[in-house]
Amino acid sequence: MINKMEAKHLDFYYKDTQALFNINLPVEKNAVTALIGPSGCGKSTFLRTLNRMNDVIEKTKVVGEVLMDNKNIYDPDVDPVELRKKVGMVFQQPNPFPISIFDNIAYGPRIHGIKNKQKLQELVESSLKSAALWDEVKDRLHDSALGLSGGQQQRLVIARVLAVEPEMILMDEPASALDPISTSKLEELVRELKNNYTIVIVTHNMQQAARISDYTSFFLNGKLIEYDQTNIIFTAPREKQTEDYITGRFG
Amino acid sequence: MSRKLKEKIGFGSLAVCTFLAIIPVLLIIAYLIYVGGPAITWEFITQPPHGFLKEGGIFPAIIGTLGLTTGTIIVALPLGIGTAIYLVEYSKQNFFTTLIRIAIINLAGVPSVVYGLFGLGLFVLMLNFGRSLVAGALTLGFLTLPVIISAAEEALIAVPDDYRNASLALGATHWQTISRIVLPTAMPSILTGAILGIGRAAGETAPIMFTCAAIYIPSLPNSIFDQVMALPYHLYAVATQVPNVPESKAFGAAIVLIAIVCGLNLIAIIIRTKMRLKNTR
Amino acid sequence: MNKKFVKYYEKGIKYLLALVAGTSILILFLIFIFLFKEGIGIFAKVGILNFIFGMEWLPASEPPIFGAMPMIVGSLVVTVGAGIIAIPFGIGIAMFLAEVAPRNLREILKAIIELLAGIPSVVYGFIGLIVLSPIIKDLFNLSSGLNAFTASLVLGIMALPTVVSISEDALNAVPDSYREASLALGATKWETTIRIILPSARSGLLAASMLGLGRAIGETMAVLMVAGNATIIPHSVFDPVRTITADIAAEMGETVQGGTHYQALFGLGVILFSMTFVINLITDLVFAKTSNIQRGAQL
Repeated sequence: MINKMEAKHLDFYYKDTQALFNINLPVEKNAVTALIGPSGCGKSTFLRTLNRMNDVIEKTKVVGEVLMDNKNIYDPDVDPVELRKKVGMVFQQPNPFPISIFDNIAYGPRIHGIKNKQKLQELVESSLKSAALWDEVKDRLHDSALGLSGGQQQRLVIARVLAVEPEMILMDEPASALDPISTSKLEELVRELKNNYTIVIVTHNMQQAARISDYTSFFLNGKLIEYDQTNIIFTAPREKQTEDYITGRFG
Repeated sequence: MSRKLKEKIGFGSLAVCTFLAIIPVLLIIAYLIYVGGPAITWEFITQPPHGFLKEGGIFPAIIGTLGLTTGTIIVALPLGIGTAIYLVEYSKQNFFTTLIRIAIINLAGVPSVVYGLFGLGLFVLMLNFGRSLVAGALTLGFLTLPVIISAAEEALIAVPDDYRNASLALGATHWQTISRIVLPTAMPSILTGAILGIGRAAGETAPIMFTCAAIYIPSLPNSIFDQVMALPYHLYAVATQVPNVPESKAFGAAIVLIAIVCGLNLIAIIIRTKMRLKNTR
Repeated sequence: MNKKFVKYYEKGIKYLLALVAGTSILILFLIFIFLFKEGIGIFAKVGILNFIFGMEWLPASEPPIFGAMPMIVGSLVVTVGAGIIAIPFGIGIAMFLAEVAPRNLREILKAIIELLAGIPSVVYGFIGLIVLSPIIKDLFNLSSGLNAFTASLVLGIMALPTVVSISEDALNAVPDSYREASLALGATKWETTIRIILPSARSGLLAASMLGLGRAIGETMAVLMVAGNATIIPHSVFDPVRTITADIAAEMGETVQGGTHYQALFGLGVILFSMTFVINLITDLVFAKTSNIQRGAQL
């Protein structure tokens, strides 16, 4: 297997509190890696170390390495802005900007310097198609994105990420605010996207992790307890704590 | 007494209290319009006064007030919005920024006459601008500055962090995020607050009394270092300082002043209503 | 765009904004410093206690006498008078708007109150002078309608919008669950309003009252035009008074920079500033308890 990304001896601190302890985790290329665990276990924090979104929060500290294509993203010569272009992110709550659908998708390409209208048009269309939203919105591209349903908004946000042409996509509980039908549409989309992208997804829903991921890692109290292929984690976990969690004894 | 009756009396007295306070004020405004309305003619608005305010119009005062308002905007708007952006989006939140915030809130409550005193001391006397449009505009600008900073800060803080995170996660830089997402989202609220502040400044008298305003200059100013007439001060002057000015002229000036200030407020209210409609769509 | 260029551009923007913020903050602190620097002279010359508690203000006599007490009393009298009018009426109107008025009426009344808040103080002064003072004069059979009573009335009306809008915010901030719980227990709407809503909103109502008083004490033009402006300690509400603000406005034009009179007016400015500062501070402390109420209505 080829690793797109790998965390090595990663510690993370909020002010004086340590939130992650010595995380070692590979992320395979063109696969879906799920991060599961009870709330507060550090899975979202870990996800945000992968595109340095934690830099935005004051008084945080990272120790250790996160290698992307064998280059540490915390090296001083790495620009977090450039990094985030390559590592897109989808958040828990759908967060479209209060502008039109078209402008939402075109936002990323525009800030990265694409001005050609033809090219923008193509990018918007292809991104919306990849996110399985094109047919639903093609007649109202210039309406406000806030008029879409929650599920549509979340796919719009994914399309917006795709328009930047990233290599990886991080998803932080992307279905937690969605209804069951929107959720299944989203899951289908995730499975399709992995052909072209490397995906890391945080979820508290174990069935979801089982359905869509190739690898699963179980976090507890800021530590990575176990990492393996998803079918092994869910059928024959090595650790007692993993088994307890999977079988619903806590969380 | 039954509880139902008690309720009727209670709520009834609240209604009486409301109308007792509001109806006389509305009557007074109606009276103002009734007496002053006939004074407002095309000539009144477009002609300079003559015969030491007893005849003619109030054109220079209108121009003076518009000039002062423009000056206030030039001084306070960029400084106020820029400061708020720095305080909300760049500076670290610590004791020092808290101190600045407290200072700003308190300065917004300082009486306008104190700003007038400050303007007189600093601009007119110490910096030797004399009584002039520029000294008045700076004084009014400083008066409005804390109001605009507070309004803009509140508007920026109200922009959800989701937008900032989404933009940063797409690889936008800090400034791209601010200029393309945060500011456009906050702009209607910022403008609403700013226009209300500027409207207030346009109607202020005490800060310009001794920094800028003149009782009687029929000609228009040639430079920003000239004294000008201004509507609020003109109203004060014809009401108390100059004898034998026809009452209708004072009422007319009051109506024009109210129209300018309320016009500014109306713009702010329209922006705010449009914004509310947009957000609830 | 070139990566290096973007980096410098970002830095440049940041420093530019820091410069702007620095300028504003400098300006704002300059006001504090200037006021105190110019005012401190009079405290040194006549003594701070003599200045504050002196009973005579005769800037034109030989030698001039600067005792601020008549103006301090004047300011307090009209402010308290304005509060007596604006606070009960303001809270009453806010209760009517928040709890009783049907939606349409409420929107109309709120628009009117907002309009009243926008009218410049010189217009209120003008109305007080031309319309109100003759009525007061005839009504109470006085020799002049320009006195503390008329000034209080005008100031009370001027402070009303502030008190109403902040009180209404405070009442609306009381969670509906309180109302429902009380009604479900069999209380009438009135009992709910008096026993549940008012006590729950009390810190917001107190803040509204303080801001109303702050507005009144700092008001200049209206009191200059209707309070009568005598620098004496009043014996009745129908005596003329001069407030601190009115005195500054009335005498500012006659002074020479650096002269004793000039310093004395800045000294009055310091006293006024301290009074409003205390009022703001109390409001802030009250507000700290009710964080969810916006201060926007202070405009």
